[in-house]
Amino acid sequence: MLDSTVTPSNPFRAASRKQRIKDGASIGLLATFTYFILVCAVIIIGKITLDGLPVILKAEAPFINTEFFTKKTMTLNQFYTAEGEMVRMDNDDFIDFQESNPDAVIREHKTFSYAGGGILGPLVGTMMLVMVCMTAALFVGISASIYLNEYAKKGKVLNAIRLSIMNLAGVPSIVYGLFGAAFFVHSPFFPVFTNAPDWEKSLFAMPLWPTDGYLSFQGWGESLLAGGLTLAVMALPVIIASCEESLKAVPKGFREASLALGATKWQMIRTAVLPYATPGILTASVLGITRVAGETAPIMFTAAVAGKDKLPWEDAQGTGLYWLSDMMTQSVQALPYHIYVVTGKLPDDPALKDMQYGSVFVFLLLVISFAMVSVFLRASYRKKLKW
Amino acid sequence: MNDSTVTLDSADAPQVAVNEPIISIDDLSFSYDLGDTNTLRNISLDIPAGKVTAFIGPSGCGKSTLLRCLNRMNDLVDTAKVTNGKISILGQDINAPDVDAIELRKHVGMVFQKYNPFPKSIYENVAYGLRVQGIKNKSVLDQAVEESLQKSALWTEVKDRLGTSALGLSGGQQQRLCIARTIAVKPQIVLMDEPCSALDPIATARIEELITELRQDFTIAIVTHNMQQATRVSDQTAFFYLGKLIEYDDTEVIFGNPKERQTEDYISGRFG
Repeated sequence: MLDSTVTPSNPFRAASRKQRIKDGASIGLLATFTYFILVCAVIIIGKITLDGLPVILKAEAPFINTEFFTKKTMTLNQFYTAEGEMVRMDNDDFIDFQESNPDAVIREHKTFSYAGGGILGPLVGTMMLVMVCMTAALFVGISASIYLNEYAKKGKVLNAIRLSIMNLAGVPSIVYGLFGAAFFVHSPFFPVFTNAPDWEKSLFAMPLWPTDGYLSFQGWGESLLAGGLTLAVMALPVIIASCEESLKAVPKGFREASLALGATKWQMIRTAVLPYATPGILTASVLGITRVAGETAPIMFTAAVAGKDKLPWEDAQGTGLYWLSDMMTQSVQALPYHIYVVTGKLPDDPALKDMQYGSVFVFLLLVISFAMVSVFLRASYRKKLKW
Repeated sequence: MNDSTVTLDSADAPQVAVNEPIISIDDLSFSYDLGDTNTLRNISLDIPAGKVTAFIGPSGCGKSTLLRCLNRMNDLVDTAKVTNGKISILGQDINAPDVDAIELRKHVGMVFQKYNPFPKSIYENVAYGLRVQGIKNKSVLDQAVEESLQKSALWTEVKDRLGTSALGLSGGQQQRLCIARTIAVKPQIVLMDEPCSALDPIATARIEELITELRQDFTIAIVTHNMQQATRVSDQTAFFYLGKLIEYDDTEVIFGNPKERQTEDYISGRFG
């Protein structure tokens, strides 16, 4: 009787056991590495959330530790009371405490700069840097990509430009930092509106009659402008490359149809290309800016300071244009630099942990929400524009 | 508009009587690579006003290239170059330095192989050409949109949904919309680059009907792969092979009694 399941001559018999084991092993290896990435992500985000989330939450209503967001950074005091209990206090609270209890016993008093209070200063600084960066990078990046993709004649010059843009994308961030310091911070070619020019630095100060101020070419110093623009220069290669991709993705038919109807080239770009490239341009640009917003090195020498008591607008002098100019040339605190200061610059101590992980967690939230915004933007545009 | 003459809107534009060449191509050679190789070679061809002229030939024979020379669409290719001869439209050499391709294209419209309406409303698609010319007057636009849609036999189908996306239309409707968009600008010449190749037979038949009607108002040059289509819609047919014009004559002659051996081989399906 014939075996109905195993026919010796079955041409469709499964491969040998050895072959199957080999296949399985390779798939297993690939899967392992893939899941390894997932595990890394979970560990990183999990650790930060575990240590950071408690800092911004509290037990009683409204359950959010608003002080962490609304207080400026200040010195943290740590001491032991007469009963041997360890107390940590922000500097303002500590001063109040000492005034109201002049006889209190304070033992082993330690202070940690910048590790107390909240992160209002760094948060505001980062937001403003991102705004300056975004304005400049979008404007320059989109213009450049339109020119490169639509107008520039193909040839050696265009290839050279593309090559240098690609190379710029590979330049280490610290190099941008140094460039920003030399170019935006120290070179006197950038003008400020001021009532009191720095005569030693100023190349040339033009009196602005009838006000008693000057347009002084004295450089911006370590400032929002210098830092924001350094970040923008760093974001440009990514933004230009991805804007060009978005422009290229617009169907050729739209361009041809538009031109065949008697549109000029700029009309064609404005009405038949840009509207359909916008979602891609926005998403890519926001992602590019998110990327550089997290950088520390470019702002280290150009904008960021470890501690500052006043927010940029609180410190700005003058009115109108002078006030704006003064605000934009203020140095600021910034989240990534703040994290570097409380983690790398201060001697490690358990007292710093809350500030470290609280800041990192908020920073992560901020960056993730930027990315989410860009994804939502794209999704909502995609729904409207389909072809 | 009189049936026997093709007229321009503006008073100073030249008038061309039927059977006078509206397009005159003289010994034209054209290259896509700055003259290294000629895609079109020494083509001479007169296209009469108020007629439909079909360009046929196997793929790569240069018929689409020639069509795109007529409204200077090839300007989009950086390395494209007319290497010899000239093209005159309405008596003007269109590659002369004082000719603006944008103005030329307002007189020489084009319908593409793949229907390509903008992802805008039906109304905005038809009004596009007028808008880029700076016409903002709503009643002028309304009238032009209605007239063009009527001429392209689309009005009854879309008049109640002018504000909806053009991409909601069927393929055949989208192609007729593209024709409406083209004739809204009131060109004298309409170039059609295989306008039916992406459509089913019924939609194709409607477009062919439309071409026959449009002949009254426009001079039409159509590139087609479909030889039956050429016999159905065209008055003249030009047969191209390897960048050369092999034969050009009345359509009945080309398909009934061609003079050249290559033409006969092609139309009888022996190669191509």
